[in-house]
Amino acid sequence: MADWFEPASATALAPLLGAVLLALIRSPRLGSLIAIAASGLSLAFAARLPWQSGHGVFILVDPLAAHVAILTAFVGFTSALYSRRYIAVEIAAGRLDGPRARQYHALFMSFLGFMLLALLSNNLGVTWVALEAATISAVLVVGLTRTESAIAASWKFFILCGVGIALALFGTVVLYLAALPALGTGYAAMTWTELARAAPNCRGTLLNLAFVFLLVGYGTKAGLAPLHGWMPDAHAEGPTPVSAVLSGSVLNVALVVILRLRGIMASNAQAIDPGPPIMALGLLSVLFAAFSLWGRRDVKRFFAFSSIEQSGLAAFAIGLGGASATFAALLHMTVHTLAKSAVFQCVGSAAQRRGAQSFQALSGLIASDRALGLTLAAGIVALAGLPPFGLFASEILILSNTMNTHPWLVLPVSIGLLVGGWKLIARLIDLCLGPATETSATSSHAPVMGALSLAPAWVHLALAAVLGVAMPMTFAAWLAAAAAVVP
Amino acid sequence: MERIVFGTLPYDVAHLLGGAVLLLSFTLLSQRRIAATINTYALQAVVIAASSCWQAYVQHAPHLYLTGALALIAKGVVIPLALHRLVRRLRLSHGVETALGIFPTMLLGVGLVTLSIMVVLPTTVQSQALTREDLALALSVVLLGMLMMITRTSALTQVIGFMSLENGLILAAVSVEGMPLVVELSVAVLVLVAFVVFSTFFLRLRAQFDSLDTRHLDRIGSAHR
Repeated sequence: MADWFEPASATALAPLLGAVLLALIRSPRLGSLIAIAASGLSLAFAARLPWQSGHGVFILVDPLAAHVAILTAFVGFTSALYSRRYIAVEIAAGRLDGPRARQYHALFMSFLGFMLLALLSNNLGVTWVALEAATISAVLVVGLTRTESAIAASWKFFILCGVGIALALFGTVVLYLAALPALGTGYAAMTWTELARAAPNCRGTLLNLAFVFLLVGYGTKAGLAPLHGWMPDAHAEGPTPVSAVLSGSVLNVALVVILRLRGIMASNAQAIDPGPPIMALGLLSVLFAAFSLWGRRDVKRFFAFSSIEQSGLAAFAIGLGGASATFAALLHMTVHTLAKSAVFQCVGSAAQRRGAQSFQALSGLIASDRALGLTLAAGIVALAGLPPFGLFASEILILSNTMNTHPWLVLPVSIGLLVGGWKLIARLIDLCLGPATETSATSSHAPVMGALSLAPAWVHLALAAVLGVAMPMTFAAWLAAAAAVVP
Repeated sequence: MERIVFGTLPYDVAHLLGGAVLLLSFTLLSQRRIAATINTYALQAVVIAASSCWQAYVQHAPHLYLTGALALIAKGVVIPLALHRLVRRLRLSHGVETALGIFPTMLLGVGLVTLSIMVVLPTTVQSQALTREDLALALSVVLLGMLMMITRTSALTQVIGFMSLENGLILAAVSVEGMPLVVELSVAVLVLVAFVVFSTFFLRLRAQFDSLDTRHLDRIGSAHR
């Protein structure tokens, strides 16, 4: 059990302890500062992970886990910074009261902590428990405003993810059973490192069964169609900083699990090839989400569908297999997480100013607020996969890998990307250009966030641009090492 | 551990208990009254408790007694009592609202059991006979729980479907030899936490819709699309 006290696990423990502390603190102002401190501490611990590689029975630190953990902790930290002003405005506008704001900070930190634990866990059981706990925190935080639609959204979130995660547990049991002949009873047959080593000797037929359940279970969390139903509602109704983290971290954690699973399946000769099923789910998500973007009127719901599309593309690249495609998938996940949380932060600020979150209410942002409008425009350009941002690089890389191995799949993937990107740019014109809509009388009195609250979004977009045009060699080598973790 | 084979007492009792859990899943599907549904769920939890205690005895794995005790206390007694209290306090209707009639649901259920047997038995040829059959039974219980969640419209019956699904997961986890404690504990924790979550949902739902019918939620959801 000494495993828990390794320095690496401090990354996850910092936000969890912060959550406990926050549950005891009454003042929302102090609460937001503690949240910032806890997530900042977690980021500091995460930054040391690359030098702490190793694994125990419960904790696993390899480049893959470290990379995604740093990303998650970073987005958690910037979202906590953003939350400070966001929640203060929500309280001033009367949409949240003191106790709810307190619950918000505590739940946000426990969500972040359990996400990080799931990433750094070496044990499938612990991953499962952590993801389940994170789901429960997220469900509670989505329903926090207690409006009818928020409760409807969190109910749907809970039921869909609950069933998904239950199937994942069944898959975990079957995977253990498959590893029994190779590893014997005990913890070994549930740890990623041992499973990866002993995969060739596992029972292929049982691995297939486990794979189906784990793919469906974690695919639900990754928002892959047709199991994506919870995503749009949860994003539209949850507080905006949570949408930002939800879009990045949960999808990434689930995709990392799917990636590791692919490695185990691929090294067993009897098991089916894991690529085609993962690619099929990914491609279905890309196409479905790209066409779903067209009918959306709610801005946050629109960007949730965009997340489904990007998650689907990352899953597709994971399914392609090979070092280059896995590299592309990790780059795609990284840049998407940065860009999407920047966009959600802008949308949150805009929605607070206009008092609504439909496209109609939010049009002409540049005219009414230049900094906000321009930042949002840059974010949407990044999401549409246009240069100079990193999604352009990762999408080109994914397409060229597809061209090498499955040339006939280039067409549907490109159609999905074009249709989605086209609609994103069309919506960029609606949102940012043109005359500003009249703000209603009530919302014009409401306090608003200053331009400085956009700083986290600027940092995110700057990083996304650097990864697009001038990726440092050390970062490329690091990402390649992360991609090489899985055979 | 000696190999458990067909015709010996360890096998027969475990098989009997697993079969009883599946039978109770069908009973859950056929109930028309809320109170009876809750009682059937409690009975299923008691059988699950007995099943894990039997596995603890046969496998010489004392930690499974803990799983059994948790199932018995939390899911066999505390949660059913709380649910009964909830129904009384909120004056919920006593009938079970269905989206699909009882008979078609049962037919679908039989289909799902056939499916899970056809999936599990061929893939587990080299495993122990007991593990194979328990896994098939557990998968059936999981699928029947999902079927219940789909075909019942009230939030309360959906929750019971979900918890019955979790019973299936426990049946799977205890019947696999030497599965580490982590899973059993996590499932037990999950059930408790899930109940807290659900109970807050119920109170809020009641306050806002005067009903626990989730079709209200669908209407609200579609109005905002």
